[in-house]
Amino acid sequence: MLLTFDGDGYELRTGESVLECLSRHGVELLSLCRAGTCHSCLLRAECGDPGEAGRGGLKPTLRASGYFLACLARPVTDLTVGAPASDIITPATLVRSERRAPHVLVIWLRPLRPVGFRAGQHVTLSRDGVTRPYSIANLPTEVARDGLEFHVRVYPGGAMSGWLADTAPGARLGLGVPAGECFYLPGRPAAPLLLAGTGTGIAPLAAIARDALAAGHRGPVTVLQGAAEPGGLYPAEGPLRSRVPGGDPARIRWRTCVLSRGQDIAEEVGLELARLGDPAIVRAYLCGGAGSVARMRRALFMAGMSLQSIQADAFVPAVVAG
Amino acid sequence: MSLFDRLGGAPAITAAAELFYRQVLADPLLAPYFDDVDMDRQVAKQAAFLTMALGGTDRYTGRDLRTAHAGLAGLTDEHVDRVIGHLAQTLRELGVAEGDIAAAGAVADSARDDVLNR
Repeated sequence: MLLTFDGDGYELRTGESVLECLSRHGVELLSLCRAGTCHSCLLRAECGDPGEAGRGGLKPTLRASGYFLACLARPVTDLTVGAPASDIITPATLVRSERRAPHVLVIWLRPLRPVGFRAGQHVTLSRDGVTRPYSIANLPTEVARDGLEFHVRVYPGGAMSGWLADTAPGARLGLGVPAGECFYLPGRPAAPLLLAGTGTGIAPLAAIARDALAAGHRGPVTVLQGAAEPGGLYPAEGPLRSRVPGGDPARIRWRTCVLSRGQDIAEEVGLELARLGDPAIVRAYLCGGAGSVARMRRALFMAGMSLQSIQADAFVPAVVAG
Repeated sequence: MSLFDRLGGAPAITAAAELFYRQVLADPLLAPYFDDVDMDRQVAKQAAFLTMALGGTDRYTGRDLRTAHAGLAGLTDEHVDRVIGHLAQTLRELGVAEGDIAAAGAVADSARDDVLNR
């Protein structure tokens, strides 16, 4: 059998793990426990099946994205792993943009080729050598009609956001490969969903909520929108409720949390969790500033949620502006 | 058969690692050391530690532990004692027999000098 790793092919013996095969050929891969528990040797299958043993204990979203553990996977077919996705760029055209708040621009891009993604994933946008990640704010089923929707936090002088704010429809951009583990997976339709985010992190969360309801999710849905100041709460609740496909918009509980009013989002998310009963059955989705996401994750974990049930996407602002 | 296997192998250890990590984070003496770490990665390290303590692997060596703790200021025997205590408590909650708990504690204790860099 053939194992292709990072563009090079290696002979894979029957019964051999991916890690053993790479090690035998002198390829060093980080690995600590070699028993499937530490996940330091996590890889992603591009092509071929790593086998079920290699996926044991992984988060459902990781499994769905093709990830596996090199130490446990003993493939019985050829396998190609982990080519860098950064080279694949899809051209796209800016079709529309709209100010939703002084600091938030909503844009729609039409990709020249179909782009496969799950609601809540992010993608890089690039133009003239500037590349920034943004979360997709609508559903795959809406792209043919509307294009891909993004909610862009506008930074004055921002190399990408400032340019988008000043650019007319028709402009060309590049789209990277959609990535991220913060998305809805069907399978536990009665589970309470708790979605909490700050800033434009609310956009992918609203998409995840709509995706869940479109997939027939029956459990209660709570959305917590956080901001540093009242002005940071840009209109997101109305657009979500008006776009709930085939569901009752009243099923969504929408709360806001504003730091300058003395509300702490990690505390608020804990209070919302407490309303939902047994924390072990709740699924949480967190998006927004890295600090807020980290504190919310810790609060939910300490209140009894498993980290396996918490999907998060932390936004890190670009260090280089201008 | 190791205690690791008797407890149910990797899937069971992932759950046990969360129980253990939650106890460590609830300990005011230990919690500050975990303030700025990625929780998903950290719980994976806790799982690797438990795997070692429960005899699931002999690959997670003291050198890894020495490197991992080298940059942490102020670690003392009391920190190690507390961690071993939380390990015992976690295993107790999982219904592990006291003899097995003592054995796991002894394996964890064998890493004491590596953790304390001496």
